[in-house]
Amino acid sequence: MLAAQILINALVLGCLYACIAIGFSLVWGVLNVINLIHGSFIVLGAYLAWSLYQGFHISPWYALVIAAPLFFVLGYVIQRVILNRVITAPVLVTLTMTFGLDLILNNAMIYYFKADYRKLSLTPPMGSVSIFDVVVPIDRLVATVAALALTGVLYLILRRLRVGRAIVAVRLDRDAAVLMGVDVNSIYAIAFGLGAALAGCAGVLMALIFPISPLTSTAYLGKAFVVCVLGGLGSVSGALAGGLLLALIEGVGSAMFGPAHATTLSFALLIVFLILRPQGLLGRKGFE
Amino acid sequence: MSEILRLQSASRRFGGLQALRDVSLTVNKGEVIGLIGPNGAGKTTLVNVVTGVTPATGGSVTFDGQDITRVKTYQSARLGLSRTFQIVQPFAEFSALDNVAAAALFSKPGEGLKAAREEARRHLAFVGLEAQAHQEAATLTLAMRKRLELAKALAMRPKLLFLDEVNAGLNSAEVERATELIHQLAADGITIVMIEHLMKVVLNVCSRIVVLHNGQLIADGQPREVMTNPAVIEAYLGQQYAQRAGIHG
Amino acid sequence: MSRSNLFLLVLIAGVAALPLFGEAYALRLGTIACMYAILALSWNVVGGLAGYPSFATAAFFGLGAYIAGVLLARGMPLAGAIPIAGIGSFLVAALLGAALLRLRGHYFAIASLSLIEVFRELVNNATDLTGGGMGLNIPLAASAGVMADATFFFYVMWGLLLATAVMVMAVSLSKLGFGLSCIRQNETAANMVGLNTTLYKSIAFGLSACFVGGAGGVYAAWVHYIDPSDVFDILYSVKPIVMALIGGLGSPLGVTIGAFVYLGLEEVVWRNYIQIHSGVLGVIIVLLLLFLPHGLMSVRVRQWWRRTKNV
Repeated sequence: MLAAQILINALVLGCLYACIAIGFSLVWGVLNVINLIHGSFIVLGAYLAWSLYQGFHISPWYALVIAAPLFFVLGYVIQRVILNRVITAPVLVTLTMTFGLDLILNNAMIYYFKADYRKLSLTPPMGSVSIFDVVVPIDRLVATVAALALTGVLYLILRRLRVGRAIVAVRLDRDAAVLMGVDVNSIYAIAFGLGAALAGCAGVLMALIFPISPLTSTAYLGKAFVVCVLGGLGSVSGALAGGLLLALIEGVGSAMFGPAHATTLSFALLIVFLILRPQGLLGRKGFE
Repeated sequence: MSEILRLQSASRRFGGLQALRDVSLTVNKGEVIGLIGPNGAGKTTLVNVVTGVTPATGGSVTFDGQDITRVKTYQSARLGLSRTFQIVQPFAEFSALDNVAAAALFSKPGEGLKAAREEARRHLAFVGLEAQAHQEAATLTLAMRKRLELAKALAMRPKLLFLDEVNAGLNSAEVERATELIHQLAADGITIVMIEHLMKVVLNVCSRIVVLHNGQLIADGQPREVMTNPAVIEAYLGQQYAQRAGIHG
Repeated sequence: MSRSNLFLLVLIAGVAALPLFGEAYALRLGTIACMYAILALSWNVVGGLAGYPSFATAAFFGLGAYIAGVLLARGMPLAGAIPIAGIGSFLVAALLGAALLRLRGHYFAIASLSLIEVFRELVNNATDLTGGGMGLNIPLAASAGVMADATFFFYVMWGLLLATAVMVMAVSLSKLGFGLSCIRQNETAANMVGLNTTLYKSIAFGLSACFVGGAGGVYAAWVHYIDPSDVFDILYSVKPIVMALIGGLGSPLGVTIGAFVYLGLEEVVWRNYIQIHSGVLGVIIVLLLLFLPHGLMSVRVRQWWRRTKNV
C-alpha cells in the first residue's frame, strides 16, 4: 500500500531528521547562534564511525559512545575559545564566524579524506524486515531507534540534570538566569558542546545509511534548518515535530511531483513558514 | 465642539489577555484629556490601537471622519496622529536636528530634506534644544531625549497628539518645564491626550479625565467628579477605601 | 559631494587604467575586482544602510546569470541581455522583499539564505529552459581574439561598477537613503514618523539585487558556461559580507576598498595554498571577526577619515 509505505518511510526518516536537527536547534535556541559548522560535525562523526570500523572493526554502536565525549570537548573548546568572543554581536557576525570555522573544518576533511564518497558497509549486512507489507532495511530501523534514544537522552538531560535546567533557564531568559547565579559563559560552552556531541552521534548513525563525503555537509545543514523552522527552536519536541512534518511532506511531495523536487519543496516550505509562522509548530513567538 | 477621534466599542485581545474591552470614547478638537488608570489598565494599548501599532480586534476607530481601524502606523502618522513613546525611541546615531527633520520629512509627502531641517530647527527651539541640534541623540540626557521626542511629535504637525508618560523619570523642575510646553501646545490648538501618573500635572493641564481599569473605561468627565467617583477610588486604592469615601461622599 | 565619495570615484577612475599595464592575467583579476566591488557595494545598501543582513546576494547573482545566459543563448545581444537581467532581478527582489523583510534578525538571515537554495533548485529543474544540472553554454559575444575579449569584458564590468557606485551615492544622498538609515536605527520610530518601511525596504532589497543580477549576467557572458552550483554558490553571498566587514560597514568607499583587499588576499592564498585555500579563507574570516570587527576603516577612524565615515 502506497500510503503505508509513505507513512512508515516518513516515520523512520522523520526521527533521523529530528536527530540531525536537535543539536542545531539547541545551539540556536540557547546561544542564539546559527551554527553553520553543524553539517560538518555530522560528516566528521560519520568519518569517525567509518574509520573506526574500517581500521579497528569497532562496531558503530561503540562508535557512538566514543563520539559523544570527543565531540563534546571539540564543541566546548570552539565555543569557549573563539565563538564566545563574538557571542553578543549581531547575527551577521556570528553567522559569518561559524561560516569561516566551517570552511576550515570542511577543507580539512577534504584534505585528509578526499571528497570521494565512502560507504560504511556492515559485514554481515543487517538485511531488511517487513512491517505492514512495507519493506524497511534493518539498519535504518535500528538507526531510527538509536536516534530516538539520543533525543530522549537530551530530553532527560534538560529535564533532570541541574546543568540541563540551567541550559533551559538561559534559553528562556538569559538575563534572569544571570541574576539567578548561572554562569552563562559556561552554559553556552556546555550547550555548544552538547550540540556538537549530538551532531557527531547523528553522524555516526548517518554513516550506516547514507554515503559519506564532506560535500554532504550542506545537505545535512539544510535539513537541520528546515526542521528547526518547521518545528520550533530549542526544544526536543520541536525537533521531533519538525522532523516528522518535513519527512511527511517530502514523502507526499515525492510521490506527487517526483523525488527531484523534494529539496526545493522543503526550502520553499521553509520560506512559507518563516513568513507565516516563524516560531514553528511548537515554538514560542519572539525568538529573534 | 467638533469631534476628532471616536472609539466605538474598541477591543484588543492578546491571546488569552483582553487588554481593551469595549472602550467607547469621543475626543473633541482642542481638548486636553488626561488618560489615567492603574498599571496594566490598557492606556498604552489604547494609544497603540489608535495609531495602528496593534490594531483593534473588535470595534472601530474613527479619526476626523475617516475609519482608521485597519490603517497602518505610518498612514495614521500621515493623517495627523502623533505620539511620544513611554520609553523614548530616538534615532540614536542621528543628531537631534536630523531626528526631528526625519519626523518633518516623512510625515508630509513632497517635503525635501533641506526644508525639513529648517523646520526642525524651529521645533528644537520650541522645546529648548537648539544648543544640542548637532549632538548625537544617544548622548543626550533623559530629560533632553524626552523633549526631543516631543519635538519629533510636533514636527509632524499633528491634529491629535498622544503623550505617553512624558514626565516619567524627570525631576520637579523638568516636570514644570514640560508642563509649560504642554500648556503652550494646548493654547496653539492641538488636541492632546496624555497618559500620566502625576495627578498634579493632570489636574493642572487637563479639561477632562478618562479612567481605564482592566481594559475598561470606568469614568469619563470633569476632574472633580472623576476624582470622587467611587469606582475610580476602588480601582486605585481598593474596595474598603472606596466604601469609606462613599460615606463621606 | 563628500570626501569619501570623491575618493571612491577617483579610485574607480584609477582602476579604469588597468588595461594599460596588464596582460590577460591582470585583466582577469581586474574584472573580478570590479565584480566583487559591485557585489559588496550592492550588499551595503540592504546590509549596511538599511541594517538587514542579507545572505541572498548569490541568489540574485545566479538569477541574473541565468536570465542573461538564456537570453544570450537565444541570440539577444549583450546590450539587451544585461539590463534585462538587472531589471528582472530588481523586480523579483522587490516583490520577495515585501514579504521577507518583515522578518527580523536571524529569521531574515535564514530566509535570504534559503533563497539561494530555492532559486538553484528551480533552475536545476527547469531543464528545458536552462539546461538544468548539465549547465548552459553561452555563445561568445565578442570574437576578436582572446585579448580583445578580455579587455571588452573588463570595461563592461567596470562600467557596471561605475553605475553601481553612482546608484549607491545617489541613494545615500536621497530621501531613500535617509529613510533607510532611520529604519536601521529604529524601525518602530521610523514607522511612527510616517515612513512606509515596507516600501523602502523593498526598494532597498531590489536595488541590492539589481546590479548584482547585472554582474551575474556579465559573468555568464564572460565565462561562456554556467551551471547551477557554480553561480548559486553561497560564497557569492558571504564574500561581499566579508569585504564589507574588512572595509567597514556603511561606507561605500570602505566597502570598495574591502573588496579590493579581499581579492588581493584571495589571489595570494590561491596561488600559494591552492589545496587548502578555502580553509585559509576561513581562517581569515575568523581572525577578521575576532580582531577587526569594525573593519579597516576603523583603524584610520581616529584621524581625518572620521567625518567621512558615514556618507
